[in-house]
Amino acid sequence: MADAEVIPLGTRGKPGRGTGSAKPSSAARRLAPGAGPATPKKRAKPKPKPVPEAPAEVEAPVTETLLEEPLTAPPSTAQAGPDAVQGAEVPRSAARTRPPGIPVGDWLGAFTHASREVFGEAWEPRLAEMLAFFRRRVTGEYAVDEFGFDREVTERFLLAALRPIADKWFRIEVRGAENIPTDGGALVVSNHSGTVPLDGLMTGVAIHDHTGRFLRPLGADLVFKMPVVSELARMGGATLACGEDAERMLSGGELVGVWPEGFKGIGKPYSERYKLQRFGRGGFVSAAMRTGVPIVPCSVVGAEEIYPLVGNVPSLARLLGVPYIPVTPLFPWLGPLGLVPLPSKWLIEFGEPIRTDSYDEGAADDPMLVFNVTDQVRETIQQTLYSLLMQRRSVFG
Amino acid sequence: MGRVVLVTGVAREFASRFARALIAEPDVDRVVGVDVQPPRGDMSGVQFVRADIRNPVIAKVIAKEQVDTVVHMSVVATSAGAGGRGSVKELNVIGTMQLLAACQRAPSVEHLVVKSSTTVYGASSRDPAMFTEEMAPKKLPRSGFAKDAYEVEGYVRGFARRREDVTVTMLRAANTIGPRVDSPMAQYFRLPMIPTVLGFDARMQFLHETDMLAVLRHATLARVHGTFNVAGEGVLMLSQAVRRLGRPALPMPGFTLGTVGSLMRQAGLPGLAAEQLDFLTFGRGVDTRRSREVLGFSPAYSTAAAFEDFCRSQTRGLVAPSRIVVDGLTATAGRGASPAPIATPSGDSRG
Repeated sequence: MADAEVIPLGTRGKPGRGTGSAKPSSAARRLAPGAGPATPKKRAKPKPKPVPEAPAEVEAPVTETLLEEPLTAPPSTAQAGPDAVQGAEVPRSAARTRPPGIPVGDWLGAFTHASREVFGEAWEPRLAEMLAFFRRRVTGEYAVDEFGFDREVTERFLLAALRPIADKWFRIEVRGAENIPTDGGALVVSNHSGTVPLDGLMTGVAIHDHTGRFLRPLGADLVFKMPVVSELARMGGATLACGEDAERMLSGGELVGVWPEGFKGIGKPYSERYKLQRFGRGGFVSAAMRTGVPIVPCSVVGAEEIYPLVGNVPSLARLLGVPYIPVTPLFPWLGPLGLVPLPSKWLIEFGEPIRTDSYDEGAADDPMLVFNVTDQVRETIQQTLYSLLMQRRSVFG
Repeated sequence: MGRVVLVTGVAREFASRFARALIAEPDVDRVVGVDVQPPRGDMSGVQFVRADIRNPVIAKVIAKEQVDTVVHMSVVATSAGAGGRGSVKELNVIGTMQLLAACQRAPSVEHLVVKSSTTVYGASSRDPAMFTEEMAPKKLPRSGFAKDAYEVEGYVRGFARRREDVTVTMLRAANTIGPRVDSPMAQYFRLPMIPTVLGFDARMQFLHETDMLAVLRHATLARVHGTFNVAGEGVLMLSQAVRRLGRPALPMPGFTLGTVGSLMRQAGLPGLAAEQLDFLTFGRGVDTRRSREVLGFSPAYSTAAAFEDFCRSQTRGLVAPSRIVVDGLTATAGRGASPAPIATPSGDSRG
């Protein structure tokens, strides 16, 4: 090693071309301090500011220079300190003669540019539309239907906020969307799971994205008792799960969603996942029969795993007047972090519509018939759940 | 021979307006107004009898004047100026009982019109979106005007059972609103800052005051038996109403609102009645199909138009529809901005 020949690489710190030659290149020479006359000329060029006369520039060191001050400065101070440091300050003081901050033109340019970034090429009408929307919201001049459904806010905010969760977090795959009627009343009946009724919201997003229709959910009365939730539910088109409201919506030609398992469904322990609970009292079937609308069975796979319910605090639940206080592997142990749903892969399948308009007049008041149809719907959903589970590769796959 | 109409509670401005409007009808011969206090202003042909409907004198009035139509309008919600809640309850409930007892004994009476309120349906989280006339309240009212109205309706139903020959028209009117209305809800909307319930947004329906007069007149002349919901078309959310009024809303948790109401009462402002608290939380909607199809009456003002008319009578608040700010924004930002497509039917959509 000791007698190895050292091959020089580079210039060893000396200025030069890297060829080992002692003479630095002309470019390198210009960079060296105290050399080269060309520099000031080149720096002056990109700043074509009107340089005021030198006397106006020199300022008394105590006074803060304002806009007009250099012009009104007495000539006596002009002679005061023509030393080198102040002379170097010339370009900076020249900048002070313009208004401080960003000029209006730049603001407008930035605004236009930002609007184009956000709204695309046709930004003007889009921005105007947004301001009109804003104006309507502020002055209250929008319309809601008799259930309190605010179409505009639902479309622009509620669905828009849920869509990334549906697409990116749960990666929902929708099958059989063509089974949802494109117009007229229909009743979507779905299984219910997941501790928190996210499946209802996600079904709503899926239906809106595939058919453009709004799902009008029927909610338990607890939903309308809770602050904030109640407000959002009415805004998003929900109403109370009762026969009167269901029939009113269905005969109004709405697409109504119902989860007949109710709290028994979403609050069931993880060990009973994908086992359908009792389907209420079949009230949804009689509502569909009375209005003659088809029943669309809907099976949701994946929602069971978002908050695996492993325990319950019944005494606290009774105290708070809610059906259950969930204990999951993450909640309440991780605090708010435990509220993040696990990113399971979801499959939503809409089955073939079950027609109810072929039954005769009094069919809705025939309990046996109602129970039979209820069982038929329940069986369909259960079988679809099993087949979807077979097709699913893994919970998070 | 025309009809003789007895109107109760004519000392109140609204009933006296109704009585004066009725006298102009060709079918009506005479209008007899009854109240404990004399009405203010010109009654222009309405015969006033100073009588208290809480005692049996009313029976003598009915018998002497040969009254065939009784319009009961003295079931009132406001407690101001009438000696507090206790005496209002007395007037509402005992007054109705006495009046109905008198009517039952009077063979001349053929038709009874009772002005009731949609308050009888109450307001709760278990309510259906729209009440029809057959539906009962989910939660029985325990106090206040709601309980009065509920009891009054009970007595009226009893009367209808006992006197089957009498046509009984019960009008369940939504909250009446308009420039001249002095109901608790109108007082509420006149507050400079409007307390609302945090996290809830009530659905509301309004009936314009002229529609209220019109439906009473229609019911008096049409003689249709039954109970009818009367309300302007459409629904307004409370938040929407407050924004249209342009006043700041003051959201506060539901359980504090009762305290706030009583504090307001102590401060000399109109307080918040018990039935109002529930209404402001859960709201209420009524189905008016029967009144449109059976009674044959459709209000000229929709809910939104009625409220708009009320707003016009108010000095608009500071917050929103000073409108210059927002309009200016719209105008500068988008030259191609079409005027906001406002779906609000305006007041001139009637007729």
